[in-house]
Amino acid sequence: MELSRRQALAAAGAYGLSLTFGAAACSTGRKRTPGSIAGPATARGHLLKEGAPLAPGAAEAAEIVIIGGGVAGLSAAWKLSNCNFNDFMLLDLEDAAGGTAISGTNETCSYPWGAHYVPVPTRDQRALCELLLEMRVVRGFDSSGRAVAAEEHICRAPEERLFYRGEWSEGLYLKPGASADDIKQFDRFESEMRALAGKRGRDGKRAFAIPMFHSSSDPEFRDLDRISMADWLAARNYNSPRLLWYVEYACRDDFGSYLRDVSAWAALHYYCSRLPDESSAPAAFLTWPEGNGRIVHYLSKNIKNRSRFGALALSVEPRPDAVRVVYHDFTSQTQREIIAKHVICATPQFITKRLVAGATDRNSFHYAPWLVANITLHSQPESRGFATAWDNVLYESDSLGYVVAKHQLDRRGPGDVWTWYRPFCDADAAAARTKLINYNFDELTDILSADLVRAHPDLADRLANVDFYKWGHGMVRPERGFLFGGARERAAAPIGNIHFAAADLGGLPLFEEAQWAGVRAAEEILAARGVSFTSSL
Amino acid sequence: MKPRLVYVTVFVIAACGLGYELVAGSLASYLLGDSITQFSTAIGLYLFALGIGSFLSRFIERRLAERFIDIELAVAFAGGTSAAVLFIAFGNGAWFRPILYFEIVCVGTLVGLEIPLLMRMLKDEIEFKDLVSQVLTLDYVGALVVSLIFPLLFVPKLGLIRSALILGVANAAVALWSTWVFRSRLAAPAWPRARAAAVLIVLIAGMFTSEQLTRLGESQIYADEIVFAKNTPYQRIVITQNTAGFQLFLNGALQFSSADEYRYHEALVHPAMAAAKNPRRILVLGGGDGLAVREILKYNDIERVTLVDIDPAMTDLAREFEPLRKLNNSSLLDPRVELVHDDAMQWVAEANRIFDVIVADFPDPSSFSIGKLYTTRLYEKARAILAPDGAMVVQATSPLFARRSYWCIIKTIEAAGFNVRPYHAFVPSFGEWGYALAAPREFPVPNSTIPGLRHLDGPSMSALFQLPPDLGPIDAEPNRLNNQILVHYYEQEWHRWN
Ligand SMILES: Cc1cc2nc3c(=O)[nH]c(=O)nc-3n(C[C@H](O)[C@H](O)[C@H](O)COP(=O)(O)OP(=O)(O)OC[C@H]3O[C@@H](n4cnc5c(N)ncnc54)[C@H](O)[C@@H]3O)c2cc1C
Repeated sequence: MELSRRQALAAAGAYGLSLTFGAAACSTGRKRTPGSIAGPATARGHLLKEGAPLAPGAAEAAEIVIIGGGVAGLSAAWKLSNCNFNDFMLLDLEDAAGGTAISGTNETCSYPWGAHYVPVPTRDQRALCELLLEMRVVRGFDSSGRAVAAEEHICRAPEERLFYRGEWSEGLYLKPGASADDIKQFDRFESEMRALAGKRGRDGKRAFAIPMFHSSSDPEFRDLDRISMADWLAARNYNSPRLLWYVEYACRDDFGSYLRDVSAWAALHYYCSRLPDESSAPAAFLTWPEGNGRIVHYLSKNIKNRSRFGALALSVEPRPDAVRVVYHDFTSQTQREIIAKHVICATPQFITKRLVAGATDRNSFHYAPWLVANITLHSQPESRGFATAWDNVLYESDSLGYVVAKHQLDRRGPGDVWTWYRPFCDADAAAARTKLINYNFDELTDILSADLVRAHPDLADRLANVDFYKWGHGMVRPERGFLFGGARERAAAPIGNIHFAAADLGGLPLFEEAQWAGVRAAEEILAARGVSFTSSL
Repeated sequence: MKPRLVYVTVFVIAACGLGYELVAGSLASYLLGDSITQFSTAIGLYLFALGIGSFLSRFIERRLAERFIDIELAVAFAGGTSAAVLFIAFGNGAWFRPILYFEIVCVGTLVGLEIPLLMRMLKDEIEFKDLVSQVLTLDYVGALVVSLIFPLLFVPKLGLIRSALILGVANAAVALWSTWVFRSRLAAPAWPRARAAAVLIVLIAGMFTSEQLTRLGESQIYADEIVFAKNTPYQRIVITQNTAGFQLFLNGALQFSSADEYRYHEALVHPAMAAAKNPRRILVLGGGDGLAVREILKYNDIERVTLVDIDPAMTDLAREFEPLRKLNNSSLLDPRVELVHDDAMQWVAEANRIFDVIVADFPDPSSFSIGKLYTTRLYEKARAILAPDGAMVVQATSPLFARRSYWCIIKTIEAAGFNVRPYHAFVPSFGEWGYALAAPREFPVPNSTIPGLRHLDGPSMSALFQLPPDLGPIDAEPNRLNNQILVHYYEQEWHRWN
């Protein structure tokens, strides 16, 4: 992460806005951990909220402008390039591509700042399979239709461990001390998920497909969106605290939501969508030290000459047969105008609604704030029980635990980087967001150490550095009633020559959704222009 | 008697008193893990023992100075040797906790006696209000000083055993010098003085032999005398010696015994050399002891042997530790041998040279970090750098004690696209031992080898490939990076035998 420029910006107080990030190695006398706080370039984002004076320059002409270089925008660019359509321009307000899938590197290792894995797909996830085959991560398919990935990209064993009462144990479900009833409920839950995975609706489509667009519209399943996962579990007499914790963990991890708020459809989708059928094992994960940053680098490396960073889109207006885009260029500190034939807004809807004149109501899209810490260690902290895994989770903690960056490396050497995740699942996301934004470095380190010290009493002595990242709008939340309430479809429909793509349009914060939406938007444009292409969808 | 001299005494005993508490707390959390519980239990118990000491002090009525010196010496001895005793006890296993708590109570009680006795001796000479104020002040200052020195200087520079000994030396020195400070109160100062000197000498001697003390702790684990021990960033290397020869242990697991290692290494190397066509370029993975390389260098046509071992300390030992250098016939000093210190998996994945024979001689798969060296990934990468008419051999643990692990390794190599011939040898130190000979093509059982070997000739070599029924194939999954099933098999199987 290159922070210097943002920090300079912060220090200059460039726009007189309240800044949520900056160098933290200042102030107070207590023994401090070296480190920093960063976040999406909030100061830049605020320009959009507050409106800014428009200094018109000469308008540029372009065929296609993609706004946003997250996975959705990059995937749109990927599809266009693969169809030999290279006349596009990608704008992103940050200094690098990736959005919520960005990553960083220091002397110790590379590490993710957000998204860090993708499950091994099945053959029917065509766009993803195409990309992974191209990256040589996937080599072929097995008889059940699951992709066969090269061993080095699959998450190594041990995958998960859980900390409880002074000791780590293997796996994510808390087995030590489980009663016979606990185990029975867990087994019942697993077999129910397997049965649901194989279900199809009356339209012949899978009940829970990924991307979610391919899911059945049969009300038998869609109606599950109207109840919360907590209600669904209660209705089936699931009450084992361990099981409830286990399922809630998944909802916090994937959606930044508690059981009582999250749509039952979304939670079940998490368990069922990645099983091709009743008999297959759950999908393994593809992961790298830098997380999904690996895919971001692959997607962005060949389009460098068509990408503009430090480019904050300010407005997108439909014109007859064209679209006018105004953006602020932070490199030259000027405002620029582009007249494009087509535009893809690959930005999340809380941004899109401010960008696009006449964009339909997008207020039902809600987002969970997230706090991420990258903890650089000079040596391994002490830990009791089962060996260090890729994902290291603490039972009954507010955090999700940490992922070990060097887990996928052969040459481990001393030191490591742990990426620690803490979603704010509060129903009142706005209040949680304000709380998160206002935490200073010392408060954040306190939250972090209070969480990890039980498992690693000597952590403080092993620390070389801690960097925090505050995601104010980390991920879209599939709250009860949101997925099939119609808002997503309305938001995804093109307005004139403006097309929309982002993971949140699928309602599920997943790589697969972001990629699918990006490719779909690119194909909409290719079709509108009469370019012949093979669909990846 | 000058009060000032007494205050120095108070300062030292207060500092030492807290020092023992820190030693006990650190040792408990260091050896037992779960720092918070261990540290707070150790400290709580210690403070409680101080109370016992203070309480008991009332029963000492006469000859206070002599008793004080005796107590000082007892503290010096019990406290000074506490860390060493606990390390040795830990090596012994079962009785560690009782011994730990007993030590804490003993030292705590003795320390608890010190200050009350001292105050009683001084109460006639100094006004009570000054006495209390000054003694307690020094008590706390002493505590502060040692609590700073302990983590900054003692533990990092000296280690726990020596830190405790130093504290003991200080206590014994106080005893010795008290025989002068309180000489007017002593009937015969010479006798306590002699005892103090004796304790002092014992503790100082302990400081110089604390290396050996650590080893004494270990010799409870190893059957024979330890002649070399070293912690490296990767493992603990220990060499023991007995009348039959010497033995190498890595992390407590026997790697070879000089008496019968020739059986193990001949069986490891020669079948692969026989199966490969005209082997000249050899890769040895692991095997930093140089013994496999010694066997390889018996062939005249060898152009180059590349040895990849992660631990430089291991290959240094093979080159410089006289008995081992003799045993491996100075193999690692041979100009044809190239040493590489790297992770074998990474090295093989990046290597872009071709080898005629690959020897994978890793420790048994007892942890995930070693288990990865037995995965399809490693074998696939190895196949990519193996000549089409070359051969690979893998040490594959015991097909008798860990039968499923053995067949798991065989299945894994097959899954990586090799033809595999399982074989075994008998090595007395290990028992029945298993290997896998693999090639990227069909190949016959090797039945001839170079002359002059101790364990093998043509017929005995082909006999190795006869597996008796109790070592025969059983079901096992291939070991992959993302399941590391072998580590699970191995753990289950060895568990049964231990
Ligand atoms: C902490 C965290 C962990 C996650 N972990 C995972 C995971 O492990 N696996 C997984 O599948 N998903 C994960 N996700 C979900 C992840 O968000 C999606 O997978 C996906 O990366 C979303 O991509 P996107 O392109 O839709 O949106 P974004 O990533 O939000 O991309 C939007 C882009 O638009 C840019 N932008 C915004 N406004 C403007 C503007 N006005 N002008 C120009 N550019 C602008 C932004 O800078 C950004 O680059 C995680 C999310 C978070 C927050």
